[in-house]
Amino acid sequence: MNQVAFIELINPFKDKVFRLAKRLLTSTEEAEDATQEVMVKLWNKKENLDAYNNIEAVAMTMTKNYCLDQLKSKRAGNLKIVHNNYTDREPQLDKKLEDSNSLEWVEKIINQLPEQLQILIQLRDVEQYEFDEIAKIVNMNETAIRVALSRARKKIRESMVNTHSYGIR
Amino acid sequence: MELDKIENILEKYFQGETTIAEEKELKEYFSSPNVAQHLEQYKPMFGYFSQVKQQKTTQEIPLQTKKRNVAWLSIAASVVVILGIGAFYLASQKTTAPVVAQSELGTYDNPEEALAATQKALALLSNNVNVGIESVQYIQEYEQSKNKIFKQ
Repeated sequence: MNQVAFIELINPFKDKVFRLAKRLLTSTEEAEDATQEVMVKLWNKKENLDAYNNIEAVAMTMTKNYCLDQLKSKRAGNLKIVHNNYTDREPQLDKKLEDSNSLEWVEKIINQLPEQLQILIQLRDVEQYEFDEIAKIVNMNETAIRVALSRARKKIRESMVNTHSYGIR
Repeated sequence: MELDKIENILEKYFQGETTIAEEKELKEYFSSPNVAQHLEQYKPMFGYFSQVKQQKTTQEIPLQTKKRNVAWLSIAASVVVILGIGAFYLASQKTTAPVVAQSELGTYDNPEEALAATQKALALLSNNVNVGIESVQYIQEYEQSKNKIFKQ
């Protein structure tokens, strides 16, 4: 497989890999590093890629594992520097009614979910994967995915309702 | 009617039982301008999902092309070797050519002719040697004068 064929192969899901990495790692730079890492790993495996019938699922699984590893190694250190760690809660109060900002709350709410739920929300609600594809990527059965997804969506709704009513009062 | 349907799908959505098509319908509904008042609170949620999907990586992926480099390197190396061998052959052909010419030069099949040519060549040599000696003759004069003055 040459470079051009490889680029064509990865183009359809390159951005999905990036968005999943960004969901988990928060920072754009780290997400780009992760994307690069995953693509280079795929490229090094290019002789065996034909053996997989769904390369996109493989790429997404690799991304998920890579990001979780990154988070784990970061947590092993003393300082956890994650974006939502040093956000200031005060100034956003007066901006709450702006529309673009309400999208930011959603982001913050999702970022506070456990990683597994974040991954599911990302794969289903953002990337719109079918349940059987998600099952391959996260290695869970479909029922468990539905249950977890329902829990994640309800949590988002709950936090949204809270924030919404705070905004009005 | 429409609203009932949306509420129905929304309920299913939070149970994790919607299909992709139904979820698309929800996204479309919440991105439209006329969202019912009591459903307004879900708008940012679906808006966010659509917005996040627009994000794209701008970064180029550096693919390692080590194998190709090795191939190019070997091609370059073989070109150098071929050029080297070619240059060597050319050079050696140039040096052998005059040697052959020299050995052919001055070869005679007839002995008389060879004798004449040899005599001519030796005569030429001795003439030149005599010319050389003549010019050195006056040194002997010096020697004689010196011997006269410094008697030993």
